[in-house]
Amino acid sequence: MDFELSGSERAFRDEVRAWLKANAPSDRDGDGDLKAFIDRRREWQRKLHEAGYVGITWPKEFGGRGGSFMDQLIFNDEMILAHAPEPINVIGLGMGGPVVIAHGTQEQKKRYLPPLLSAQEIWCQGFSEPNAGSDLSGLQTRAEDQGDHYLVNGQKVWTTLAHVAKWCMLVARERKEANPREGLTYLLVDMESPGVEVRPLVQITGDAEFNEIFFKDVKVSKSQILGEPGNGWAVAMTTLLHERGTLGLALATRAQITASELAEHARKLGRGSDPLVRQKIAQHTIEARALQLNGYRAVTAVKRSGIPGPEGSILKLMWSELNQRMTETAMDIAGPASQVKDGDGWKYQFLRSRANTIEAGTSEVLRNILAERVLGLPRSR
Amino acid sequence: MDFAFSEEQEMLRRSAREFLAKECSPKIVRRLMEGGDGYDPALWKKITDLGWTALGIPEAYGGVGTFLDLIVVLEEAGRALLPGPFFSTMALAVPVLIEAGTEVQKKEALNAIAVGSARATLAFTEPSGRWDAGGIGLKATQAGGGWRLDGVKLFVPDAERADYTVVVARTRGEGEDGITLFLVKGKPAGMSVRPLETLDMTRRWSEVRFDGVQLDAETMMGAPGKAWPRLKRALEWATAALCAEMVGGVQKVLETSTEYAKTRHQFGKPIGIYQAVSHKLADMLVLSESGRSATYYAAWAVDADASDRALASSMAKAYVSDAYRKVAGDGIQVHGGIGFTWEHDMHLYFKRAKSSEVTLGDATYHRELVAQALDL
Repeated sequence: MDFELSGSERAFRDEVRAWLKANAPSDRDGDGDLKAFIDRRREWQRKLHEAGYVGITWPKEFGGRGGSFMDQLIFNDEMILAHAPEPINVIGLGMGGPVVIAHGTQEQKKRYLPPLLSAQEIWCQGFSEPNAGSDLSGLQTRAEDQGDHYLVNGQKVWTTLAHVAKWCMLVARERKEANPREGLTYLLVDMESPGVEVRPLVQITGDAEFNEIFFKDVKVSKSQILGEPGNGWAVAMTTLLHERGTLGLALATRAQITASELAEHARKLGRGSDPLVRQKIAQHTIEARALQLNGYRAVTAVKRSGIPGPEGSILKLMWSELNQRMTETAMDIAGPASQVKDGDGWKYQFLRSRANTIEAGTSEVLRNILAERVLGLPRSR
Repeated sequence: MDFAFSEEQEMLRRSAREFLAKECSPKIVRRLMEGGDGYDPALWKKITDLGWTALGIPEAYGGVGTFLDLIVVLEEAGRALLPGPFFSTMALAVPVLIEAGTEVQKKEALNAIAVGSARATLAFTEPSGRWDAGGIGLKATQAGGGWRLDGVKLFVPDAERADYTVVVARTRGEGEDGITLFLVKGKPAGMSVRPLETLDMTRRWSEVRFDGVQLDAETMMGAPGKAWPRLKRALEWATAALCAEMVGGVQKVLETSTEYAKTRHQFGKPIGIYQAVSHKLADMLVLSESGRSATYYAAWAVDADASDRALASSMAKAYVSDAYRKVAGDGIQVHGGIGFTWEHDMHLYFKRAKSSEVTLGDATYHRELVAQALDL
C-alpha cells in the first residue's frame, strides 16, 4: 500500500496545478442561461484539450494523452483543489469514448475520438424511452435493415445535451427475439440527420437540460454500427459499466468539490460555529472522502485484474444520495434565503440533485446490481 | 499509488483467518467471555508463537513486521471477535511506548511484549469518558524523589492481566498542557483493579484506582507536562488499528447475513430475493466497503507519517463507528428472530460494535475534530 507520488507523478501534479491556477474559470453551474453555460463549458474543454488534459488515459493516436489511471486521479484531485468546472462533453468522455475504444473499428476510433476530445462534437446517450427506463431491454425504438443502412423510428427521452449533440449512442431493436436482450443493435446516430427532432424537456429546475428525441425514418449508415448487429446489449452494458465506473471517479471528484463549497458556504454565512452544522458538514466531507477512496481502491483493482467490476455501482449510488444530502444541508444553512432568487447559489443544485438518484441507473437498480452481482443474492426479476 | 495490501500481507491474512477459525472459534470466544478474565494463556502462547505481538514494533526493540501487517491481523482478530489482551497490548500500549517511551522503557517493555512474555494496556479515560486532553484529571505530584499518583481511571481494558499499564496523568494546568505519562509495572501498592460488568463481554474493562501510588522517577515517559503531542500521535495509530478490527467485524456480519438471506426461505423463496432484504444488504455492502477504504487509508497515513494522519484516522473512526453499529443492527434484522437469540453470534457483533464505537472517541467526537480540520 502506497499513496506517495513518484517523481514523475509529482512533476505532472505540479504542472497541472500551475496550469489550472492560471486557466480555470470561476463560474458555477446554474449561472446565467443554459446556452451561455454550454458555450462556456465547450470553450473550457477546448482549452483543457489543447493543454493535453482531456482523455488522459486514451490512446495517443486518437488524440488522448496515453497516460495512466494514476495521471487521471492526479488530474481529478487538482481539479478539486482548483474548484475547476467539468468539461462539457461528460457523456462522451465518460461513456462514448470508452465504448468506441472497446468496441469500435480502427476507422471508427479515428473518426469519432478526436472531435469528441476537443468538444468539437458533443455526444448524448439514447437509451431510455418513455416505456423503457430501468428495464432497458423493453425498448421499442426500431432499426430496420435496408441493406446498406438502417431506418430508425422511435423515441428516446431524458437525453442530456441532445440539443447540442452531434452524436447519439442509440440502442434500437433490429429483431424480436424470445430473450429481449437479443436482437438489439447499437448505432451512432448523427443528430443532424433528417428525421431527428429534439424537443426540450423542462425539468423541475425550470431549465431544459434534458430532451426528448424523436426519430422518424432516420437513415443510419451501417458504418455507424458499434459492435455486431443484434449484439447491442453487450455494447450497452460496456457503456453502463463505464458510466458507473469511470464516471464514478469523476463523481467522487465532484463530491469533494461540493463538500468544500458547502464548508465555504457555512463559513460565509457565519454558521460554522453551530455544532449541528459542524457535525453535518464533517459527515458529508467524510463520506465524500470515503467515496473517493473507494474509487482509488477500484482503480487499484482494475490495475491488478484489468477489468472494472460492478463495484462502480457503489460509487454512483453513494454519490447520488450524498449529493442530495449535501444540497439539503446547504439549503438548511441558508434558511429562508434559500428560497429566493438563486438561494445563495444552491437552489439549482438542490433541485437538480433529485435527478441524481434516477439518472444513470436508479438507486433501486444499483442496489439490485450490488445485491445480485457483488453479494450473489438471487435475482428478483 | 497502490491501494491494496501486498501479496505477503494477503498470505498473512489467509493464515491468520485459518488460525483464528480453529483457535478462536465462536465456541472458544463464548467460553472466554463467559468465564474468568477473558485471558487464555494457551491461546496467548499460540498468538505470540506466530509472532503477532512483534508486529509494528521496531526491530531495535525486538519487533518483526510493519504496522500494516498488524492492521491485517487486527482485521482478522475483529472478524473472529478475539477476546483478551491482544488489542490493548498491540493497539493501545505499544504505540504510546513507541512514541513516548524512554530508551530504557522501550528496550524493556517492547522487547518483553514482542517475545510474548508481557501484556500491556493504556489507562486513559476517567469517569467523564472523554478522549480529549481535557478529560484527564488523575493527579501526579512530586514526592519522595519520584511521583505520586492519585485518582481513578475507568473503562481500562484488560487491566487485570496487564504487566505494564501506561497511565495518562496530569502534573499541572488544564487541557493539553500538563499531560504526563507513566509506565507502571505490575500493580504497586495503592493501585487496585475492579473489573466492570460490560455490555460487550468479549472486552474486559476495569476501574483502576490509584490511591497514593508511589512511583520512581524513571517511570515517567518523557518530560513532565509535555506528553500530549506524542500521546496524540499514538492515539492516531490506536484509532486506525481499532478501525481495522471493526472493519473485520463489519465484513463478517455482512457475509453471515448474506449467506442467511440465500438459504432462509419464506413464502417459498429465499428471503434475499425480496428487495426489502437485498437492498438492506446492498447498503451494508456500501458501508463495509467505504469503512474499509477509510480505514486502510488511515492505516497507511499513520504508517507513512503523512501530513493528514490525524484527519484520516478521525474520518475513519467517525465513519466506521456508525457503520459497524448500523450493519450489526441490520444483521440482526435480516436474521429475524434467530438473530435475537443468545445462541446466535449476531449479538456478539452488535455488542462489539457498541463497545468499539465508544472507545477512542465516538463518531460525534471525531466529526468535531474533522470540522476543526476544515476550519469551520
